[in-house]
This record gives sequence, structure tokens and C-alpha cells, in this order.
Amino acid sequence: MAKRSLRSVALGYLVVILVGPLGIVFWRTFQHGLAPAWNALSAHDTIHAFELTLIISAIAVPINTVFGIVCALAIVRREFPAKGLLNAFIDLPLALSPVVVGLALFLLYGRQGWLGPWLTAHGIRVLFAVPAIVIATIFVSLPFVAREVVPTLREIGDEQEQAARTLGAGGWQTFWRITLPSIRWAVTYGVILTTARSLGEYGAVAVVSGRIQGVTETATLRVQQRYESFDLAGAYAISIVLALLAVGVLLAMTLIRPQEETA
Amino acid sequence: MGSLANDAIAIARRARSLGARRDRAGAALSLGIVTTFLTLIVVLPLAALVWESKKAGSHGFWAAISSPEAVAALKLTLGASLVVALLNAVLGTITAWVLVRDDFRGKALVNAIIDLPFALPTIVAGLTLLALYGSRSPIGINVAYTRGAVVLALLFVTLPFVVRTVQPVLRELDVEMEAAAASLGASDAVAFRRIVLPNILPGILSGVALALAKAVGEFGSLVIITGNLPYKTEVSSVYIFGRIESGDTPAAAAVAVVLLVISFVLLLTIGVIRHVTTRHDRG
Repeated sequence: MAKRSLRSVALGYLVVILVGPLGIVFWRTFQHGLAPAWNALSAHDTIHAFELTLIISAIAVPINTVFGIVCALAIVRREFPAKGLLNAFIDLPLALSPVVVGLALFLLYGRQGWLGPWLTAHGIRVLFAVPAIVIATIFVSLPFVAREVVPTLREIGDEQEQAARTLGAGGWQTFWRITLPSIRWAVTYGVILTTARSLGEYGAVAVVSGRIQGVTETATLRVQQRYESFDLAGAYAISIVLALLAVGVLLAMTLIRPQEETA
Repeated sequence: MGSLANDAIAIARRARSLGARRDRAGAALSLGIVTTFLTLIVVLPLAALVWESKKAGSHGFWAAISSPEAVAALKLTLGASLVVALLNAVLGTITAWVLVRDDFRGKALVNAIIDLPFALPTIVAGLTLLALYGSRSPIGINVAYTRGAVVLALLFVTLPFVVRTVQPVLRELDVEMEAAAASLGASDAVAFRRIVLPNILPGILSGVALALAKAVGEFGSLVIITGNLPYKTEVSSVYIFGRIESGDTPAAAAVAVVLLVISFVLLLTIGVIRHVTTRHDRG
């Protein structure tokens, strides 16, 4: 009896918060068939927004993957002073408001910022251009790979690595042959989380991109822009594509998690 | 023959010391990369932020964060985040319990969609909530532009945290202990309070701290559904955004530093909880 009522509380909660709202958006988007959604998606600026989002993710995710692995190896396998500080800074992007991140980058790269005047003098545009969006995306999705890889590295220990070393393997060889294969699922999981965050970032990008239509407008910014121009159908259509990407991410997470737990 | 063996040992030794040196070089290199990258991407921008907030002196800083609109926004941010964190503690724990101990059709699906708020872009979350709970609501509930909308949006984006921190602890917890308590005459409520709760409490607390951190900084899901009305539905991150738009970066930076400090404190709390519980496990 108690089990039943708890189950209804939990499922009811999920329906009210999550399933209900998403269902309505799906229904509203497709209530007049596929054509309106398709038309909204094939608008020039919308296509550009999606392309930009994909390009940004294609740059940010590999950078964060390499950094995440190097960082996790440093945290687990090396001893150095101020390790605690590194640990704190690596988690900070998770706890920080995206608007604060955007403002910090705005103040560093802006016209009156520390780096702004030098960059302007050398003809390099960072703020209100693609580089700033890339940096903002890297910032907010920074910790995911490292956070997934650290516990796995701790768990596998370094005996196999030591054995490889004793048998004459170099640092690179040990990494490619021993370390990387044993952390591959953790890395994959981290990459999926990084990708989800990169595709969906809004707040930080809203501050540093300047939101120039057809130039620095990403897919999430485009949702907001369509909504503000009273084009609800357009906003819904872009949202559905982003939601489907999210479902894809979810599917990948669900498929990979058991692998990670048994590996 | 003997000298050949000695040569071999000498070569092996030299190779090992060369390897060790290369190892040390590798360590220095990787540490260098990590430090440089973190400095460029995280530390330097945050330093610029703190610097900007101090430009107007400590007087200017206090004036900026004690302006009526900034105070109202901060109060709403903290109040709504606390309410949401508490609701999460209860509903998240129930959801985790149902997912671990209960069995029903479609449980795997329910388990998978818990992470959806994480994967879904926040701006889409806001638009989605507005579709069901806005002025065009098909069920006649309209919370748009109210403080209820703030709580609703924050509940959406913080949904996974407590569930995901409690679930693994609950899964490892021995069911036999509860069964023993029940056979000794303890009611479900007593068994939960005396046996289950003490074990999952650290999980609940770190989930709550994570949810708090997320809620305090949330922006994307709020901009559409709350209307950003000053003194009414405007939270701190939205306030900061407004200050940036109107070119008042010192005021934006001052409030941003307050949020930065709150984030640091929450991260520290999570670290302490984790530290205490792992020590508890070992002892």
C-alpha cells in the first residue's frame, strides 16, 4: 500500500514536471502536420544557427576531452602541491551561473578588458564573434570528462601501467595500450555529457555572442529570438530538434552506463 | 661472458633512469598543460570579474549589491532555491526509493528520463514549461510571470541531482537490515527513519547542495517563463544580465561576485560531505 502511494507520488511528480510539458510541446509542434515545423526549420538563419552550434561543439568537445583526460591523469597519478586547488577549480564551472561565466569572459575580452585592447590592436575579434562562443562553451563543459575519468582511474589502480613500464614500454605506449583502453567507457560517457552541455548552452553564450542573427546566433539563442518575435511555431520546431538531440544523448547514456559499471 | 652481463645490466639501468627522467618531464608537461589551460579559461576571466567589481572601491561594491533591485533579486534567488532544494530532498528521495525498491512496467524508461533535464537545453525547458503552465495552458493553469514559475523552472532543472546521489547508496544498502527491523516489530516509518535515512543522508545532502548550486545560478529556463519582472520574478542571474545589457558592468560584476562566493561555499560543502562520508566508510 505504502509502496503504491510512493510510486504514484514519484510518477506523478515526473509527469507534472517533465513528461507533461514535453508532451504538450510535441503535440503543439505537430498538430498541423510536419509541414509548418519543416518550414520553420528551413529558414536561412535557423539553418545557420544549427550549423554554428555544431561547429562550436565540434571544436569545444575534442579540446575538453583531451584536457579532461590529461587533467584526470594529473589528479590521480601525480603528486603536486595545490592539488586541492586544482580539484576545486575543475568543479567550479558546474556550480557557477552561466551568466557569471559570460560576464567574466566579457570583462576579459571586451574593449576595456585586460586582453581586449591588445586583441583589437592585432585585428583579432574574440567578443561578439565565434571565438568567444567557443571559449564560453569550453568553460561551461570543462569538468565532465575529468569527473568521469577520475574515479575509473582510481579504481583500476596503476599496477598494469607499472608492469608495462617494467617491460620497457614508454609513457605514450603505456597510455595508448594500457590506460586508454581501460578508461574508454568513462571517456565516452564524459564526451556525451560534454556534447549535451555544448549543444545546449544558453546563458554564457547569450552574454558573449552579441546575438547577431545569421552570424553569432546559436540554436538555443535562436529559440529565444523566435519566441520574442512571436513565432511560437518556429521556437517550438527548433526546440523539438534540440529535445530530440537530448533524447539521443539520453539513449547513449543509458546504453553506456551498464558497460561502464561492469568494465 | 661476465662483462657482457654487466654491460646488459648497465644498459638496462641507464634506460630506466632515462625513462624516469622522461617520466618526470612528462609529468611536468601534463601539469603545465592543465595549469595553463585552467588559467586561461577559468582563472583569468574570473580574476577580471573580481577586478571589475572592485573598480568602484569597496563603497561602490556595497552600493551595487545593496541597491533595492539587487537585494530583491538576491532574496528571491536564495528563497526560491531553498524551497526547491527542500522539495528536491523529499521528492528526489522518494523517486530514488521507488526506482531502487519498487518494481513496475517501464521502470527502465522512467529511470532514463530522470536525466532529461540535464540533457535538455535550459531555454527549451523554459519554453516547454510555458506550453503547459503558461497563458495558453490546455489545463487552465497559468503561472507565467509569477514566483510560482520561478520555483517550477528550478524544480525542472534540478530534478536529477538528489535522485542520482541517493540511488547508488540505496542500491548498496542491505535490504535485510530493514527486514530485520520489520520482523522485530518496527513499522515502515520507524525502519525508514532509523535504518534507511541515516545511511542515505549524506547522499541527500550532497544532492541538495548540488541542486542549490544549480538553482542559484540558473538563467536559461527562467528568462521566458518568469518575464523577468524587477522586484517580482527577477532572479540574480537575470538581474546581472540586465545590468550587462544596459552597460553597467561594475554593478553586474558586484552581484556576480556574490554568486561566485555562494558557488564556492556550496562546492566546499559538497567536498566536506564527501570527505566525511568516505572516512566514515573506511572506519
